[in-house]
This record gives sequence, C-alpha cells and structure tokens, in this order.
Amino acid sequence: MSSRDRVLARVRAAVAGAPEAPAVLRDYLTSHTRDDPAALLDLLHDNLADYRALVHRADPAGVAPLVARLLAARGAKSVLVPAGLPDAWLADTDCVRVADRVEATAAELDAVDSVITGCALAIAETGTLVLDAGPAQGRRRITLVPDHHICVVRAPEQIVASVPRAMSRLDPRRPLTWLSGPSATSDIELDRVEGVHGPRALEVILLSG
Amino acid sequence: MPVPPPPTRPVPPPPTPRAFPEAARDAVRDTTLRANLRHATHTIRDKRARAVAELEDWQRLREAGKRIKDHTLRHLDRYLEQLEAAATAAGATVHWAADADEANRIVTGLVKATGEREVVKVKSMATQEIGLNEALAAEGIHAYETDLAELIVQLGDDRPSHILVPAIHRNRAEIRAIFRERMGRWGRPAPDDLTDEPADLAEAARLHLREKFLRAKVAISGANFMVAETGTLVVLESEGNGRMCLTLPETLISVVGIEKTVPTWRDLEVFLQTLPRSSTAERMNPYTSMWTGTSDDDGPRTFHLVLLDNGRTDALADDIGRQALRCIRCSACLNVCPVYERAGGHAYGSVYPGPIGAILTPQLRGTTSEIDASLPYASSLCGACYDVCPVAIDIPEVLVHLRERVADQGGRGHRAEKAVMRAASWVMDHPAALAAGERAAARTRALHPGRPPGAGAWTESRDLPPLPAQPFRDWWKKNRT
Repeated sequence: MSSRDRVLARVRAAVAGAPEAPAVLRDYLTSHTRDDPAALLDLLHDNLADYRALVHRADPAGVAPLVARLLAARGAKSVLVPAGLPDAWLADTDCVRVADRVEATAAELDAVDSVITGCALAIAETGTLVLDAGPAQGRRRITLVPDHHICVVRAPEQIVASVPRAMSRLDPRRPLTWLSGPSATSDIELDRVEGVHGPRALEVILLSG
Repeated sequence: MPVPPPPTRPVPPPPTPRAFPEAARDAVRDTTLRANLRHATHTIRDKRARAVAELEDWQRLREAGKRIKDHTLRHLDRYLEQLEAAATAAGATVHWAADADEANRIVTGLVKATGEREVVKVKSMATQEIGLNEALAAEGIHAYETDLAELIVQLGDDRPSHILVPAIHRNRAEIRAIFRERMGRWGRPAPDDLTDEPADLAEAARLHLREKFLRAKVAISGANFMVAETGTLVVLESEGNGRMCLTLPETLISVVGIEKTVPTWRDLEVFLQTLPRSSTAERMNPYTSMWTGTSDDDGPRTFHLVLLDNGRTDALADDIGRQALRCIRCSACLNVCPVYERAGGHAYGSVYPGPIGAILTPQLRGTTSEIDASLPYASSLCGACYDVCPVAIDIPEVLVHLRERVADQGGRGHRAEKAVMRAASWVMDHPAALAAGERAAARTRALHPGRPPGAGAWTESRDLPPLPAQPFRDWWKKNRT
C-alpha cells in the first residue's frame, strides 16, 4: 500500500462514524469601516504609518517630483523598475533605471539601491499592500532584495476596506505578496526592530485625483 | 564610538528532555529565565487583548474559524485529495509521508537529487517535530535556520521554547554571547564591536544570513495554510526570511501537516484576521506569501509538497482530542498560561510547548513515555487558554480527557486520581451540587486540612489553597449583578 493510500485510509477510519460538523457560519462582518473613500484613505494612511511605513500623498502632477525627492533623500543611485510602471512617475529622477529581468541574479538585485512599484490593492483596516505580480509590480523578488521600496497606491480604486473585501478581488493563481509595514523582528526581548531581511524602508505614495 | 560590551554569561548547555515535573522544578529556579518569560508573555498578552478588541465581530470570527476547521477535519480525506489535485495541476509535486522517518527520507532524497549540500529554512514546526535538520545532517546536508530566533536557537545548540518567539528564554546579553562565540563557525562572524542592542544584533543576523540567501539553491518551509480548492500555500512571517526562502531558490520543498488544510480560498479571510491579532498582536503581520504551484519566471521552478501525518490521524480518531488539530499555532495560549510562564517551554519536552503542546504532543506521540504521560498534568485547568484560543479549542476538556487516558494505563498514584476526577466531573456536570458543595465547604472551612487527604508523592508536593469565606459565585451574584 502506498503512503498516500495508507494516510487516506487512516483519515477515513478516524472520522468514520463521527457526527457531521455543524455548518460553517459566516455571520462575521465583511467590513469594519464605513464605505466612504475619503475615510478609507485616511484609515489606510494611519494604519500604514502605525506600522512604520513612511506615507506620502500626491496628485498626478506631484508624483514625479515626490519620487525624485524620496530617491534623492535615500542617496539612491539606481532604481529597479518593473514592466508597466508609468514612465511619468520617474520623469524627474536621474537615478539609473534597472529593468526587472528574468535573468537578473540575486546578487545583481542586491546591488540596486531602491525599487518602485504599484500594487494590486491596499487594505485600509490592516494597513496592508498586496502585490500580485501584475503590471507595475514585477516579480516577487524585486520588492524583497533592495533595501528601499516605494509603492504607489491609486486612490480610491485600489483601496478596499477589509481582508474579506480583498480576498474576493484577488486571484489565488497569481503569486501574492502582502506587505504590512517594512520588514520587522521582535525576536530579541520583543523590541521591534525594522529590517533584518526585507527592505528596511517602505515608503507609500497615496495617489489621488 | 562602539559601546563597551556588557558582561556575558557563557552559553549554557542545552537542556535534556525529562518528565514535566522534574524539568519544571529546575526551570522555576532559574530567575533569568523567569524574568525573560514574564516580561515577554505579559507584553504580548496585553497587546493581543487590544488588537482583538478592535474587531467587534471577534467571537463570530472565532466561531467561523472553529467550524471551518471542524468541517475540514470531518472530511479531511476529500479535501486532501482535492488539494493534491489542485496543487499538482498548478505545477507542484505532492508526496505523502505517514511518519517522521518517511518525511525525512523524502526530503533528504529530494535535496540530494539537486546535488546541493546546503539548504535555507524558514521556521517550520513540522520539520522540527520530525527532526529534519538532524536527518539532513546525517546525509551531509547542512540546513540553515533563517528566522532570527531560530538562528539564535540553532547557533546556541539549544531548543525552541515558544511557538512564535522560539528564543523567548534568551535575553539580549545571552544572544550577543551566542552570536560572538558561534556565528563564525557557520559563516560570516559577528562584528568585533557587536553590542547587545537589538538593532545591532538584528544587523549581524542580516549580514550573516544574506550571503546564504543569495547563493541558496534549495529552500525548505512549512506552511500556515493549504487551500484545497486552489492548491495555494500560505506563509505568514515578519522578517522577510520567509520571502527569501520562498522566492529566491530554484527548488522549494514544503513539509506541511495534513491538518493545515482549509477547503476554500475564501476561508483564508477568517484566519488572516484572527491569526496575526492572536499571535503577534498586529492587525496584520508584515509579510504574507501565497503561492500556487509554480509560476513562470517568478519564484522556484520546482516545488515539492510533502503532506505529513506523523500521528495526526491518531489525534483525528479521538472524539474529544481531535479538536487540537484545529490549532493555527498562534501561541496565544502560551502567553496567558500561568504554568508556561513559570516553567518555560523547554519543560514540555516537545516542539509544541504550553497548553496546546500539553494536549497535542501526547496525542501525536502517545502517552507511553514518562514525559508524554506527564504533559496532561502540566496545567492548572484555569481555562485562560480556552478563552484566548482563536479557534476555540477547549484545552481543559482535552487535558482532563487525556489524564483519564494516562490514568487508565495505571501506575503509581493514578488510580486514586482517576476516582477523584470521576467524582469531580460528576459534580461539575451538576451545578446545583457544585454550588451546595461550595457553600458547605465555606461554612466548614476551619475544619479542612491544609493538604489534600491521602498519602504519598502526589499529596506531599501539594498544598490546598485556603477556602474563601464565601463561594465566588455567591460573592459575584451579590456584588456584581
């Protein structure tokens, strides 16, 4: 008998005769926030900041100067750019643009100072950005190896109130990365330290208008 | 100017597993350990209470999580087959392991087939449970733990003592000593001017591990959830070491207990709300990765999923005990447990410490060894663990049930205890009798002995608390309702 058959036979023997479990109840809330785009934007802003992301707001005309300023403030000389990122966002920076290439080694990514991406959506109640490797997001590793990540969220269309609202909009067949603040550890006496392995600085641009 | 290093004590030797009473006796005398633990558990439990209070529907989420898990367990055969089919269709190779030896053989074989001699690992309780690192080492394969706390444990030749914060028993001075003394043996040494500031220690770990991440070809992980409907695996973490392991290597091998299955994608919306708040007291943990099989040009090109039984079907067969398989490993029960707080995680002699370990371990391993037979007694039955459990596992109920099982095995002291437990459960099931008994006891308290009746080892080590002047239920009724 294969192990597969052995394990399945054990499972069947274990639950044989067990009473049917009560039906799953879904009477929990699908959102804890009122559906007001301005309130959701503020809540997202507060919750991102609470988890030590650096949050900025911009309108379409203000994105390029803001991006240029953020990169300059970090002393970034190079920035990783995924396919589909609007050229206009990088119009004002003179950083070297490094394309997200399949062949790029981890060591090459490690040599880049910053990365800029869009996102699939953002969850206001938890202060979470979700990337699904879609346009302007690139592969999972480009937002992991560089130490500085700038993520642009388009308000209001990319902001959802809650985790349940997010799940219904996401496609599980895509590789998904959820980010809630920068990399952090609390393993030493529960003192929270930003960094360790992911980017130590996460900057979010909330783009409206 | 570098801060002068603080005095350090030498890295203590790893504890050896013994039955809970002996291990706990030493642990409670270790004042450093008790101070570390008390600080940590109280900090987390207070933060957790605030994070949970933010969600007005917490009890409904808790009930939903409980029911999803119970329903999954009742039909686990069907969901495992569905999971296998969905994961395979998405590009995964699925393996089944009946026990620890088989899982270790499968994983070791897969790593050897890649020709690699080292692997990076993201914290996984399942692989600790089966002793995978030791099995790999026996075949000449080096496994690097990459979670900061697991690194501290591994470098210190130590064992984890908490589900979520495995090095909770170590303070910063001890961690500095471990890094200074041991890091160089495994790769990049700690800097000479290393202080005991958490930020400096984390930076040393970053530099030490980064060279391993960037060259690793094979990674090994566990998973928090597996979705039967889609074949999706989910890992929640904070540091990014998980993302490093799940993204950069060419081959990923995930070893996951069969009870981690949930039926649908939508079910995750419950656990992604309850797990972070219950474990790290955050609205959401910093990083969550979800992957379904393999993706073109993104992440590992080869993905192996090893489905692990290793005693889980024994727990599943127990009508009362199977609820332990609902556990989502949040560790909230550890942080509220008065016994864990004093005894520490090592006293439980298993990768699963605390109240959940006291019911899970004896079911996974059986109750024949002395330590496993002692675990159901490693509790005061105060019920705090049940109150905080996000999937409503009635841990006290399972503890009492397992005590009966141990008592049925016989042995010194157990027969009398069995009779007492029977009487107690009759009284607990009859509230009027309980109330009458409490009142009678209060009125006659001057006549009660200070120690439980009977002779022998069981009673000698126990004091009876003084009886209050009035039963608590009566006091509450009079003063608070």
